[in-house]
Amino acid sequence: MDVDAERAPRKNRLVGLIEGVGTPVLEAGQAVAGIFAMGVSVVRWTFRPPFRLQNVLAQFDFVGVGSILLVALTGTFSGMVFATQSWSAFELFGAESLVGPTVALTITRELAPVFSALMVTMRACSAMCTELGTMRVTEQIDALETMAVNPVQYLLVPRVLAGLAMGPMLTMIFDTAGIWGGFFVAVGLRGLSTGTFLLRTQNFLAPADIWEGLTKGAVFGFTVTLIACYRGFNASGGAKGVGRATTRAMVDAALAIFIEDYLLGLAFHG
Amino acid sequence: MSPEPKRVMISVRDLWKAFGNHQVLIGVDLEVEEGTTCVILGSSGSGKTVLMKHIIGLLKPDRGQVIVDGEDIVPLDEQELERVRRKFGMVFQGAALFDSMTVYENVAFALREHSNLSEEQIRAKVREKLGIVGLRDVEEKYPADLSGGMRKRVGLARAIALEPKIVLYDEPTTGLDPITTDYVDEMIVTAKKELGVTSVVISHDIASSFKVADQVAFLYEGKIVAHGPPAELRNSQHPGLKHFLAMWFAKGA
Repeated sequence: MDVDAERAPRKNRLVGLIEGVGTPVLEAGQAVAGIFAMGVSVVRWTFRPPFRLQNVLAQFDFVGVGSILLVALTGTFSGMVFATQSWSAFELFGAESLVGPTVALTITRELAPVFSALMVTMRACSAMCTELGTMRVTEQIDALETMAVNPVQYLLVPRVLAGLAMGPMLTMIFDTAGIWGGFFVAVGLRGLSTGTFLLRTQNFLAPADIWEGLTKGAVFGFTVTLIACYRGFNASGGAKGVGRATTRAMVDAALAIFIEDYLLGLAFHG
Repeated sequence: MSPEPKRVMISVRDLWKAFGNHQVLIGVDLEVEEGTTCVILGSSGSGKTVLMKHIIGLLKPDRGQVIVDGEDIVPLDEQELERVRRKFGMVFQGAALFDSMTVYENVAFALREHSNLSEEQIRAKVREKLGIVGLRDVEEKYPADLSGGMRKRVGLARAIALEPKIVLYDEPTTGLDPITTDYVDEMIVTAKKELGVTSVVISHDIASSFKVADQVAFLYEGKIVAHGPPAELRNSQHPGLKHFLAMWFAKGA
């Protein structure tokens, strides 16, 4: 009796542990599969008429133009922070002239695409997910379908295209703002000469570095908008469900950015 | 060709549908004649909405046929279904108006998507449809600024914009007060008279159903167990229906 009584809860705990680990893993797997399937569907519908240019431009405006100021500000301060920190390190062995290239390389390759995508996620994707989720739970998406308008084509294609196109654009803005931020700190505040900053930066920064960042920007932009669309499109359970979908979208998108960043880093630099 | 109004517009034959282990529809048979209003009556969870989604092709059955205007829509693919869906207008429970668009844009939506009408012609059509549902001076308002009954009316105006042959109503009177309920009932009757459309109404509201229906079909445990004119159904001996009616009148009285 005693032995049984002790064994039973332990077994349950084991089952509980497996379930506790297994369920989220299973859910994550399902989500990845679902997002992938939705991506395929979005690409397929992109190339089918009718092409709703107006909707696409509206999303470009919302995702891209609407994020310019935020991205420019984040970029400037990132560049300034980075220049300040690297200055105090390089100062120790008199290599202050390397602050320019250090800032430029870090910004173009990594910080610009990652931070721009995070800003887009925060600003645009959250709104996107909430909007689509609300449309789902209030049957507006069903209404589209009954009116013989494909909701993937009408709602998702413009949003994901906006992510894909505006990702690199915002990355470029971040690049510019970041390098200017670094320039301001190194040259304006610390007294490095303009020539040294520019020349050194030019020596180290290759077009390939910029391309790397822009590619990442496109991939991240595509992914985060797709994730927001997926979560919103599949929301259920009223206002609470929409909130849950948005939280998930934000978490998934942020995680996806960092995972993809690592994988793309491997792809670019082996 | 013959003036005989007995043509069948919607015919559902031996329809089965399960979600996982849950059998929702167990061999549903239903016929709706052209130009009539059929109310599918049933309690919550009886599978009414599932049945309606099959009629418009949003769900595929496990077995059975759905024949709309002479064409079995079950084997059709997405693109062919879009063509069939243009025969339908649907009025949703919560109206499901696009809340980012004005009333005008909502009603004009299908016209812009599926016709080559000029903006001028679209404006005339929108006016006409809003007129049919008895609305004026709301074109520039947003759905959020309208009352529940008005939203339902805009929903109908949007549904009939492309002059569909069939209008589906999903729980049109659920959650409305008695006066608005009357208003919506009257709207359904007017739409039938003025447009000659075939209507299918999903409802659990008996009083309202009996007011608008030519035929009532009672969906019970996944099957249509009683089907006929309202007066006939009132005297039905089916235990499920008797219970349903008794519950309703007990509550109503």
